[in-house]
Formats: sequence, structure tokens, C-alpha cells
Amino acid sequence: MFKDYITLALNAVLRRRKRSILTLLGIIIGIAAVVSLITLGQGLKNSISGQFNALGSDKLIISAKGDSFSIGLSTDAVKITSDDLHIIQETQGVSHAAGWIYQSGKIEFNGNVRYYSVSGYPLNKEETTLLWQASNYKLLTGRLLEEGDTYKAMLGYSYTNPEIFGKALELGSKINIQGQDFKVVGFWDKTGSPQDDQGIIIPYQTYEELFNKHDQLGIIIAQVQSGENIDTVAERMTKELRKERKVSEGKEDFSIQTPKQLGAAFGTVIDMVQVVLIGIAAISLAVGGVGITNTMYTNVLERTREIGLLKAVGAKRKDIIIIFVLEAGLYGLVGGLIGLLLGTSFALIVEAAFHAAVGPLLDIQIDPYLLFGALAFTFILGCIAGITPARQASKLSPVEALRYD
Amino acid sequence: MTQAKPHPSTHAPKIMELQDVWKTYHLGDADLNVLQGINLHIKKGEFVAIIGPSGSGKSTLMNMVGLLDTPSRGQIIIENTNIAKLKEDELSKLRGKKIGFIFQQFNLIPTLTALENVMLPTIFQNMPKDERLKIATSLLTRVGLQDRLDHRPGQLSGGQQQRVAIARSLANNPEIILADEPTGNLDSTSGVAVMEMIQELHKEGKTIVLITHDPRLVKFATRVIHIQDGKVEKETVN
Repeated sequence: MFKDYITLALNAVLRRRKRSILTLLGIIIGIAAVVSLITLGQGLKNSISGQFNALGSDKLIISAKGDSFSIGLSTDAVKITSDDLHIIQETQGVSHAAGWIYQSGKIEFNGNVRYYSVSGYPLNKEETTLLWQASNYKLLTGRLLEEGDTYKAMLGYSYTNPEIFGKALELGSKINIQGQDFKVVGFWDKTGSPQDDQGIIIPYQTYEELFNKHDQLGIIIAQVQSGENIDTVAERMTKELRKERKVSEGKEDFSIQTPKQLGAAFGTVIDMVQVVLIGIAAISLAVGGVGITNTMYTNVLERTREIGLLKAVGAKRKDIIIIFVLEAGLYGLVGGLIGLLLGTSFALIVEAAFHAAVGPLLDIQIDPYLLFGALAFTFILGCIAGITPARQASKLSPVEALRYD
Repeated sequence: MTQAKPHPSTHAPKIMELQDVWKTYHLGDADLNVLQGINLHIKKGEFVAIIGPSGSGKSTLMNMVGLLDTPSRGQIIIENTNIAKLKEDELSKLRGKKIGFIFQQFNLIPTLTALENVMLPTIFQNMPKDERLKIATSLLTRVGLQDRLDHRPGQLSGGQQQRVAIARSLANNPEIILADEPTGNLDSTSGVAVMEMIQELHKEGKTIVLITHDPRLVKFATRVIHIQDGKVEKETVN
């Protein structure tokens, strides 16, 4: 019997397609927005946590105090120095550690001037390798910096195409950094992060001279020995650094984080942005619900005679309510389905565009729970929107309804 | 085909009885008595025509006989139950089971096929689907529309639509077929065909109540009740 009610309701929706589509615009836009936002947000979170996890769960990141977004951008007042690096290297449970520094520099090539991030890396093989792992860089062509290098530079993937300077750089090219010529010795592969892809690495000592920054580090990465508990090592390191930097507990001017914590911090921010955006999309859904109510009132009015006929052939109030609520629910469901298709397609298009433009920074997975949840939600939203019109329909007197023109 | 039928058995049981039925509408300060103490009964197997000019109250009377409305005063008795006391839903249930409607406007649902329209009354009686399909198909075959099952009302002529409506009126195998100006929207040829079909049903034992203002149709009936000013003016037996 229920199936017959659905047939009746579905028939009504499908027979009035133009009105149906107009009615459903709000729901379609709302669901498309919610689905694409959640999918894209989740994709971004996946790839970010993936990148942080790629750093490994056995590394600690030490920087001057600040939130997770200003890591490395230590003010002059609070510095991380080679003394700190030394303490960290000596901390029990740390196998080795390395630090680097970076800041924006003036880059000149092919007659064009640009400003990009320049990093100073240590030349010791073990330290360089650790930093490369932590940055998730992979050699594309050429070689890494080695002991003895001075005015040699490694460049990110972006420099291998002509977009930046109107001419691609090659191994052996001369690039001017802060007024000093450097010879390009290697490139690293696409990382997915535009900032990393536009990065430049030069030897640490050369960096000190070039930027006149002495004995200063931005970030230190510490490799924890296998078998050691990373939290215990972090605690030990905190104590040592407190002693060396002469700060009391709770007033630390440095922070020690695991890649996981950093990833989680980014995740929280993405969540917050998502909540706001979904809140905005929810307005569209509410408007969509009102649209369904409105259309159902029109339908009830338009089909007054039909309702009279249904009652004449034995339909009870309850039957009429079910038929019209189902019809409204189906409006919602159809809107949800279209919205879902649009939202998912949009997310996939954005992912593809991202991959083409900057690399695998988005890792989208279609969540079956989200799809099912969206459909269930729109169906229920439609049903709720249909309750008042359906009740009105059920209350029509059969005599009046049959007489209605 | 209009030859006098044998007088309907005076011993046939009454299947519906109206006792002193009044219907009063309140229009502002004035009360309008559309029905003024109607007394009539319908016996099983009768073909009763209720005839009267427009404004005589025959439509209101049809609503009473069709259980679509309840009287302001008086009783309507079906199976020893006074339906004036029933709630709306109980009335719907009884109506669906006991009465098949044929309307002047056909009142088919435009979005449903002929078959679905005929099946409609059975939905509300919880009849199993395959049984309903069988019944609806055989009823449409009976009215000569076996090759129009999937047509929607808009694709059918007026006469065909009314035949679908006749099939629908029979879907729940009701005791009474209530035909309200069934030929009013049809050309004369289709009208005659429809009336012959209704007469056929009567011959098979259905009780027919025909409401009309058209004196040409009363020849089909076994008994004619003339309504004037909300009262039974006279009764004639054909």
C-alpha cells in the first residue's frame, strides 16, 4: 500500500517538472554546497594530515614560541640558536637534529625580479637528509648541496617552467639572490604546496652572510631514536631547553610539536571554516524547505478536486496526509539527489584542477555516509515542509473539494 | 430496451434509508434549508433516478446518499447504522466499500493511467496488488478499453474517460453505484453508450442511483423520485 502512495506522489512530482526544478533550486544549491564543502574540506584535511604524517611520527619540530602558523617566523626578540640545537642534539633519546632558517629574498633572473622564500640549510649529509625528509622533498634533477658549496643553490619545481621568470631555469643556470649570483645545482620535484615548489635552498653559512643573520635558526627538526617514546623525549627536551634558555615552567618561549599535533591544528582551522560555510549553505536549505511548503500549498489548491475524488473513493485523512507528505519528501529527495551529483562533481573538478595546477594537495574521497546522510536529510526536510499543506489537504470536505473549479 | 421492467421486488431489503433528512446552510444571518425533511429508501437491486431542476437540492441529496456529507438533522441508515453519527474517517471507509461514484466531470486523476485510476479505490481497502491489477484489468476490458490501459485521461475521449470512471466505480465491488449527471459532459452517442452500460450493471444486480435534471434519462430507471424545493415532490414507478 505504501508503495502505491509513493507511486502517486512520485507521479505528481515528475508530471510537473518545471515547477519541481524551480521549487528545488534552494535544496539543490544548499546540498551541492554542503556536499562539495564537506568533501573538499575533508580532502584538504586528508592531504594535510597525510603530509604531516609523511614527516613521520618519530620527529619533533622545535620553533620559537608562536602558534602553528608562524613557526619559523621568530621575532628578533625570541630566537632559536645553535646553542639550542646543541642542547637538542644532546638530549637523551634524540639520534640527530638539524635546523634551518628562511626568509623572503629578492630573486633576479632573465631581467625579472621576484620575491620568494630563501632557506639556509646545513651542508652536513646527515642533517641535510633529515631536513629533506621533514620537508618531504624529492630530488628531481642535479644534486643536493654538499660540504664545500658556497654560492650554489637548489630550486623548487616551479623554476623548471618559464612561468616565474619568463624562461625556465636549468642546471648550471646563474640566478641572482639578494644581489649575489648563485649557480643552480639541483631541482626538487613537485610537492603539491606552491610555497614549497617556489622555494630556494642555499648553504647555511652563505645565508648568514647574505642576510646578515648570525647564529639564528628558524626551525629545528629532531629525529627520535627508535624505541624511544616521543612524548618522553619531548618532555626531556623541554626541561633541558628551559634550563638553557633560563625560563620557568609555563613561560616557555619555544614550542615542541609532533607532526601529528601540527596536522591536527590545521585540521581544527579547516573545521572552523567549514562550519561557517556550511552554516551559510544551511540558509539555502531552509529557503529550499520553505519553497517546498509553498509549492505544496499550490499543489493542494490545484488538486482540490483530486483530493475530493480520493476521499470519495475511500481515502481517509491519514491517507491524504501520507500521500502529500511523501510527495513533499520526494521533492526534497529529488533536490538532494541533483544537489549531490552537482556537489560531488564540483568537488571532483576542483580536485582535478588542483592536481593540474599545484599537485596532489587535495585527496578527495567520496564518503558514502555523507551521500546517504544528505539524501535522508533532504527527504526528511521535504516531509517536514509538506506537513502543513498535507494537513490542509486532509481537512478539505469531500463535497467542497469535488465542487471546486 | 426501455420496455417496462418487472416491478422491483417489494420484498427486497432496504440498503439505505433517509428519515426526515434536513440540510441547512448558514449564510450570514439567514438559514438556507436546502433539504427539508426528505424521507426515502433505496432497495437492493433498484435503479432509482432522482430528478429535479437545478437548485432543487438534488446535488445535496446526492451528497447524502453518497455519504459525502452528513445531514444537519435526521438519519441516514445503512446496515442498521445511522451514518449521521459517524466520524469523517469512518464515513470514508464505509463510502469506499459501499459506494461507487460516476461523476459528470469524470474526476479522473490526470497524472495516472486508466489502469491506475481504476485501481485507486482499492488502494484504500488494502487489497493485495496482484488482485487489484487483475480486477482493474478485467473491469477496463469489460468497458471495452482493454487496449487503453496505459493511456492517461488526456489521451482519451470524453466517452472513454467516463467508461474508465465506470470501471473505477466498480473496483471495490460496491453495492450502490451513484451516477451524478453521468452524460452531462458527453455527446449524445457516448451518452447513450454510457447509460446502456449503467443499465447493464443494474441487470447484473447492482443498485443504481442516478441523479439528473434530464427527463430523457428517467426511462432507464425503475423508480423516479422528483425533488423540488428540498422536498420529495412525487414518486413514480416505471
